Amino acid sequence: MEIDRADGRTPNQLRPLACSRGILNRAHGSANWSQGETKVLAAVYGPKAGTKKNENPEKACIEVIWKPKTGQIGKPEKEYEMILKRTLQSICLLTVNPNTTTSVIVQVINDDGALLPCAINAACAALVDAGIPLKNLAVAICCCLTHSGCVILDPNKLEEQKMKAFVYLVFPNSILSVLPEGSSQVGGEPVEHGIITSVTHGVMSVDDYLHCLQRGRAASAKLSDFLRRNLQSHSPGDLSKAG
Amino acid sequence: MSSATMTSDLSSEMEVDAFRRLFPLRFHERHLQESIRPDARPLGKARDTSVALGAVASADGSALAKIGCTTMLAAIKMEVMTPTTESADEGCIAIDFHMPPICSPIVRPGRPAEAAPVISKQLSDTILRHVKVFSAKLFSFACVEALLSSNLAERSVLVVLQCPRYYNGLKLHELSQQLLVLSASSVNNSLLASQNHSGMINLKELSLVSGKAAWMAYLDIYCLDADGALFDAALLSAVAAFSHLQIPVVSLNDDGRVVVVSNEEGEKLEKEPVNKEKRKLKLSSIPFSLTCVLHKNYILADPTAEEESVMETLLTVVLDSSFQLVSLYKPGGPVLAHTSVIQDCVALTRQRLKELQKILNEAVSDMEVD
Repeated sequence: MEIDRADGRTPNQLRPLACSRGILNRAHGSANWSQGETKVLAAVYGPKAGTKKNENPEKACIEVIWKPKTGQIGKPEKEYEMILKRTLQSICLLTVNPNTTTSVIVQVINDDGALLPCAINAACAALVDAGIPLKNLAVAICCCLTHSGCVILDPNKLEEQKMKAFVYLVFPNSILSVLPEGSSQVGGEPVEHGIITSVTHGVMSVDDYLHCLQRGRAASAKLSDFLRRNLQSHSPGDLSKAG
Repeated sequence: MSSATMTSDLSSEMEVDAFRRLFPLRFHERHLQESIRPDARPLGKARDTSVALGAVASADGSALAKIGCTTMLAAIKMEVMTPTTESADEGCIAIDFHMPPICSPIVRPGRPAEAAPVISKQLSDTILRHVKVFSAKLFSFACVEALLSSNLAERSVLVVLQCPRYYNGLKLHELSQQLLVLSASSVNNSLLASQNHSGMINLKELSLVSGKAAWMAYLDIYCLDADGALFDAALLSAVAAFSHLQIPVVSLNDDGRVVVVSNEEGEKLEKEPVNKEKRKLKLSSIPFSLTCVLHKNYILADPTAEEESVMETLLTVVLDSSFQLVSLYKPGGPVLAHTSVIQDCVALTRQRLKELQKILNEAVSDMEVD
């Protein structure tokens, strides 16, 4: 089952990735992440003293502010804020800085499909740039299911509209470990195969979902490699903001 | 190890309530080890559920759903509106979810609860199931607006439409043509999506006179008591309200407008009603959901508010009556969901779907007997 994509990509091919960090002067950490024409800028301020109401003061609190490209913030943006907040909470070490708040501000620069995954990747890179203690990185991917039952990855806006269903998936990145292989497995599956976040739109069968999951995992390994290379390339000697 | 023995020693000395407040996680874990929960349920069992139809007399359709202590009141109000030109033969549904301060100590008066807009969005995604159509429409609107907003562009569009052959070298013309192509393709897309979506309600059924009048259904859901699994209860009450909904009789008045016929004057009107009698909506593939809490290797179905706050990983599965997956929603959380966990949650939801279907059918047949 071959499927033609408007931009000539193969079903598994992602759009060109780009990530630059430390682009904002005043923020404690910032990153610009783009997947093709979808671009998101994330900034991190914190940790600042004190937590908000209804938050556990024994842990660090994460606050997410979503800024759409134009217009007011609505229900979809509120939902994105909540998903992003819960996702980032699950990768941060919240007990290192108790009773503090870290603000993550996400500014959408251009939306050409797969916006939420792009924002999650950007926020994750910005957290690394700010030096917030993390358990692991998160990599997000969008999988689409066509009407003929094929799975395509990282769709653009027009493709997203034509689809029967699509899934946003977030996985932990693959771990480089000195421990022997297989020691960090959960129920016969490596840790990086577990889902941190899953959001679906549209109706599909359970088997189709599991198929999407499989393809998403394979692609998340590529994304995770890209992120690791990008972070390593200018992490040592990057002392421009120390102090 | 030492801390574990210390707290377990404490647990034998302390009163149960004090232990529960001081060490909530250990309290729940002790129960989980025995495969039981503090309210005496087994791990995979949902709380007692009830549905009562027609709770609000002034609404066209209403229902009160209870899952354990979680209580949701849903009411639908129908209004006649003029449909938009793109969907001339379709009605519209607006869904809103409210969390008044009465429902939980976390909600403060004066500021809306954080969870409310999120659940509201989830509900409209689940019930309408064609979210993307709206964005496509917006896009075509934007294109048309962009064209109309600048006079030059408008003129060139007219030129393009009138004599496309004679204008070749103009940039503006290319731009407008591009915009036209874009807007045409997005309209196409929206048509495609609306033909293919398999939502619970066929919006065409809400049409009265094509292009002139259609129904606008306002669905409002009020949370009266928030004790966990809010989305499950809200969806159940919404579905029950739709199955109770009776579309009112309307007729044309002297000015040629569609008006709702009230019961008393219904017989006096000489004009033929547009639709003959009150009718019910046809619901296809009704969605049902189950929220699970994941903690270590345990899966707890239908958590209470206390369980949700102690163990933070939530996973909501929505299946429709033909067992298709409508949504698998896991917003973060410290526990990772592996394939086996997902399959277990889906299996639990299948069981729950049969229970809920039975409860809903009983409520509907009770209503018909009355």
